[in-house]
This record gives sequence, C-alpha cells and structure tokens, in this order.
Amino acid sequence: MTVKAKVRTYVLENYLFTDDQSALNDDDSFMKLGIIDSTGILEIISYLEEELGIQVEDDEMTPENLDSIENIIAFVSRKSVVSST
Amino acid sequence: MCGIAGIYDTNCLGQEQRMTVLNMLELLKHRGPDGVGVYSDNNVILGHARLSIIDLNTGKQPIHNEDQSIWVSFNGEIFNYIELRHELTGRGHTFYTQSDTEVIVHLYEEYGEAFVEHLNGQFAIALWDKKLKKLMLVRDRVGILPLYYYKDRNKFLFASEIKGIIPALDKRPSLNPSALDQLMTFWSPVSPETIFKNIFEVSPGMMMVIQNGRVREKKYWDWLRENDGEYFEDSEERLAEQLHDLLLDATKLRLRSDVPVGAYLSGGLDSSVLVSLIHHYGGVPLRTFSIGFEEDALDESKYQKEMIDHLSTEHSQITCRNIDIEQNFNETIWHTESPILRTAPVPMGMLSGLVHEQGYKVVLTGEGSDEVLGGYDIFKEAKIRQFWARFPNSHVRPLLLKRLYPYLDISKGQGQKYLQNFYGVGLDNVDVPYFAHIPRWTTTARCKEFFSDNLRCQLNDDALEVMQKSYPEMLSHCKPFERWQYIESKSLMSGYLLSSQGDRMLMSHSVEGRFPFLDHRVIEFANRLHPKYKMKVLNEKYLLKKAMKQYLPPSIIKRYKQPYRAPDIPSFFTKGNSSYVDELLSPDRIKAYGYFDSKRVELLLKKIKQGRAISYKDNMTFVALLSTQAWHDLFIDSYTRSEQSIVPCSIRS
Repeated sequence: MTVKAKVRTYVLENYLFTDDQSALNDDDSFMKLGIIDSTGILEIISYLEEELGIQVEDDEMTPENLDSIENIIAFVSRKSVVSST
Repeated sequence: MCGIAGIYDTNCLGQEQRMTVLNMLELLKHRGPDGVGVYSDNNVILGHARLSIIDLNTGKQPIHNEDQSIWVSFNGEIFNYIELRHELTGRGHTFYTQSDTEVIVHLYEEYGEAFVEHLNGQFAIALWDKKLKKLMLVRDRVGILPLYYYKDRNKFLFASEIKGIIPALDKRPSLNPSALDQLMTFWSPVSPETIFKNIFEVSPGMMMVIQNGRVREKKYWDWLRENDGEYFEDSEERLAEQLHDLLLDATKLRLRSDVPVGAYLSGGLDSSVLVSLIHHYGGVPLRTFSIGFEEDALDESKYQKEMIDHLSTEHSQITCRNIDIEQNFNETIWHTESPILRTAPVPMGMLSGLVHEQGYKVVLTGEGSDEVLGGYDIFKEAKIRQFWARFPNSHVRPLLLKRLYPYLDISKGQGQKYLQNFYGVGLDNVDVPYFAHIPRWTTTARCKEFFSDNLRCQLNDDALEVMQKSYPEMLSHCKPFERWQYIESKSLMSGYLLSSQGDRMLMSHSVEGRFPFLDHRVIEFANRLHPKYKMKVLNEKYLLKKAMKQYLPPSIIKRYKQPYRAPDIPSFFTKGNSSYVDELLSPDRIKAYGYFDSKRVELLLKKIKQGRAISYKDNMTFVALLSTQAWHDLFIDSYTRSEQSIVPCSIRS
C-alpha cells in the first residue's frame, strides 16, 4: 500500500468512520469539514510518529502540514524517503 | 424531597387504577423510601412516596385543607414556609401538620392559581381542587425538581420520573427521534419534549391546569429581566453587599430542616462560597462531602483540602476510580432515564451514596452560580469571539483564547491554530442569540454522524429551528451576554445539569439537594445587574468574588476555573476489554435497536481499542452511543421481557 493510501485509510476509518473512499477528497480541509477537533490533531501526530516514523516538531504542527491528505503527504515526503510501491 | 405520581380521568377511577398508582410509586421508591400515601376519588388519584425531612411525625402526604376539598401531593421544599404559615394563620387558616407542604393548600384557598408566586422553593406539585374538579401540575422556576406527564384520549398520567409513568402505559414506550437529535446537539431535548415519545415534561416556571378533560398552560416565571427593567445604578460596593446578603439569606433558608444538612465541597469558588456562608451563619455543624479522582488532571482534592482546613469542616471524600465508572454506568442510566454525553453523572451518584451512608438526607450545593452570575467558560469564549469578530483576520485577537485553557493538553505550540479554528466557527453569526453556543453545539452534533439511515428518516424537524422557536420574543431585546445566559440556563442547566447530573443522581441514594444560587430572588437580582458585574472583561463572576472576598482564601478566588469532568473512554478499558461495552455495542445489538450505523460503531470501537481515541469528540460520541444502547435495554427492551413493566436496576455487588 502506498503511504498515501495508508494515510487516506487511516483518516477515513478513524475520523469519518467509513471505508468509503469517496467520502474524502485529497484536498479537503479537515478543519473546514470539522472532521478533526483540537484534541484530535494530537492523534494524527501520534499516528505519523508511530506508523510512519516521522518526528513532528512543535513548529511543524500547522494546518499547512496537517490539514488535508495532500498536505500530510507533502509534509511526510519532505521529512522522509517515501516508498510509493 | 420525594416522589409523586398520579392519574386524572374524566371517567370513574377505581381499585384497578389505585393499584396502578401504587405500582407507579414502587418505581419511585428511591426518591421516597420513608413511606407511601395515596388520595383517591372518582377523577383523580394522587400518590406520594416520602423522604422525610421536615415534620417527621405528622407530615404524611397527600395533604389537605380544612374541609378536605383541596389536596396536594408535593415533591420539594418551600423554604419560606415559616413566614407563609405565619401569614396564613393570621388570615384564619387552621393547620393540622408542621410540614412545609401544608402551606400550599391554604395559599391556594387565598390566592387561587397565583399561589405559586408566593413560594420560595424547589418543587413539583400536583394540586387537586375537588369542588372544581381541577388538577394543577406546577414545576419550580428553574427545573430543580422533575415532573413528567402523558396524555391520551382516555387518561392523564403524571410522575416525578418517567419510570413512574411506564407501568401505567398500555403499550411499550419508544424513542422520540427528534429528541435524540436535539439531545445530541443541545445536551437535552428542547422542553417540553423528552427522549420518550409522547411523554413530556412540565417546563420550568410552568403551571398546567387540567379540567373537564382539557389542558391549559400558563407560564408564571421566566429567567429574564422584566420588560424595560433598568439595571441597578448602585455602586459596586453596595451591589456586592446586597449580593452577599441575598446569598446569605438564601443559604439560611435552605438550612431549615428537621434532619442534619451537609454540603458538597468541590474546591471551586461556588461550593467554597456556600460552605463559608454556612460556617459564618454558625447555626449548624459543618459537614462536607466531595469526590476525588484517580486522574490527577481532574482531581480537585488540593483545593478541597484548603477549604476544609480554612473552615475546619468535618469532611468525607469518596475516590472515584476509572473502574467505578464502568461498574456504575448501567445503574446511572437507569436513574438518568436518558442518554448522556459524558460520564460525569456517575461519580455524582457515588457522592450521594457516600452522603446517604453517612446518615445525611440533605446537601447544599453550588449549581446555578455560573448561569446566574456569569461563570462559564462558554461566556468567556463568547466574549473573546465577539471581540475577534470585529476583525476576523486578526492574528492577535484569537491569542486570547490561550488564556482560557492553560490546562488543556495542547501545550505544543501550534495547537493554537486548531483552537482558533474551533472557536472561529460562527464568527459571522455574532448577533444570533445562541452565538455563545455554536462551538459546543457543532462539536456535539458530530455524534449524529453515527445515526442509522433508519433513524435519520424519522427526523422531521431541524433541531436548531425547534430550539429557536422556543425562545420568548423578549430575548432579542436583551444584551448578548444575557441572551447567552438565558439559553444556557434553559438548555444545559435545566435540561442536563440539574436533571441527569443533579436531581437524578442525588435521588438515586435518597438525598435531597438544595441550591442557594438558584433562589429566585438571587436570580432576579442578578438579572438586573449590568453584565459587567458578571464578567468584568474576562474575570468571571466578578461581583460574587468581590462580595465574598472577606471569607475566602485568596487562592480559591484566584483559582483557575476547572470544569467538573470525569474520565470517559478510559473508564471502560482499564482491564483492556469491557464485556459490558462489547455486548451493548456489538453489531447485533446495534442493528437490533436500529439507532446507529453498525459499521461506523465498529470502526470507532476499533480505534478505541487501539488506544487511539483521545479526542473530546470521540469520548463524547462513545458515551452517547453506549448510554443510548443502555437506555434502550433498560426501558424499551426490558418492558417486553418483563411483561409490560420495567425492572429497577440495582448496583452490581
């Protein structure tokens, strides 16, 4: 599974509680859709750190890095080598 | 305090209906363990289950007037009964008991339906005028005590709790889908609806008159400044003094009892205020009770200890462990008779258990202070958001939000942005009366994403529209701060705090709560205070702090407000797995009850079991789902299983 697919599934299952891929677009803003609240963001950070081995610095906890599938993938690519097989 | 229940009918009532009322009272025994009494005639049966507090010897109910043409079954206390009795005997009335209840029948003789305006108290009253064949159901001004009813072509039923009505229904009770939709937005259905279809509550401040088979309603009190009422113009010092004197009197009145009275002491400002007032009044030995939590962040023991030492109270505490919440959850739902959105009521039930065990029947407690005197964070938030809304693009203004939540675990830098986003919702809606409530309601409403398609189909009205329709027209003339206070008192306070977290938990162990901050004279006084005395910029309950400064240690006054919370999800997974949760939230049960989407529930459970669910939203959703399932099991399913009745749920040993 690609990293993007993994992250999509993670968000769909843990915030939208569905496996329907069409329920979320890559560029949908989590904040605007109210999918993730202020405490929920800590869960995403934990996921990135545990499952993808990324270290998220304090000043990296921004919507620019975390607020959509696209943003997360871009952030993850910057922080590590991404395998896309 | 007690339990009442009864039947009204235009046809002839007899032995069978009397038995029914006894069955109704049986389910209210926790409210009135000290004895049962019934009055019956052709058209009405009034039932009463007693908790003896005033006039232990002769105060048995129902109670009548001189010629037995007027009867009352009463749950509550009339704190100014001594003064009223004095006035009534002066006017020639004869009393046969020493109870506070008896003033009701004589007041009715004097003033008719306006009798209620003379009462300072908390009450649910069923009053029967035999000559006019008129039944009056009255509830106190703010909803401290409960009163429910059911009517159809054949009969009219009423009881202190819905479980008291169920034995008298001809058919199985069922869920009111709109009410669930409202509860999962506003934390309670919009009065007079309840979570049960066709069962309603008598709204706070309301009198219902049932006569000749017809029902009419009249509102005798509402939580608003009188039309064109001016704000007080006195100096701040004078106002603080008046507030102090009113609170002292409200507290003194509530100490009237033939049994000993204690107080809840959370360590926060309000309970500290009450406990100080009791101490300084000096009439009674001071006995306090509190809860401690396993989890440090929720535990207020340090502040409780400060007040205990400061006033040398005799104190008892119960520690609520996470596992206690799991073990007591089912019984809690039996008492709330409603789904809930957080586990907070459970420890409150444990606390009343401690009080009961220690031999006390009455406690004074600080609820209402926030609504009356401007205490909630929701009001602070609203002020910040209002300020921000003037320049929505400002980066600096929302930084004020950080001051609100220093204890929240979002210490890591940019959590700020997310907080901003949460509170930024509805900034363009500054003028709607419910502006302060938008963030909370929006978050809560996410629970509804779990509704099954089947349930969604049954929702015919929009929750927000229903809520708005319930506001009095006068609300739009009030200042924003006052509108927020009004809505908070009507929705969260009377619909949840005073009921599921208040009366229901107190009564689960036969304890009566008394609320000095909700004395109607305190409310009416506070309603005429300019909002700046309630919240001076962001200093909440400003005038109260000023009024009580002389009594309290500075640390309590300065103390950061900590909302009362109990652990939610962690309570059920201390041992890793919970068979209770697995059973109630199993796909089979979810599908059988039909309220929720089983796939979504499975995914939420999976997330929880992986230890990933830490958000406020997930915790709330979990408790909402679990409590709704438990509710259905206790009240709907069990009705079928036990052949048309329901079985009281008692503590698992």
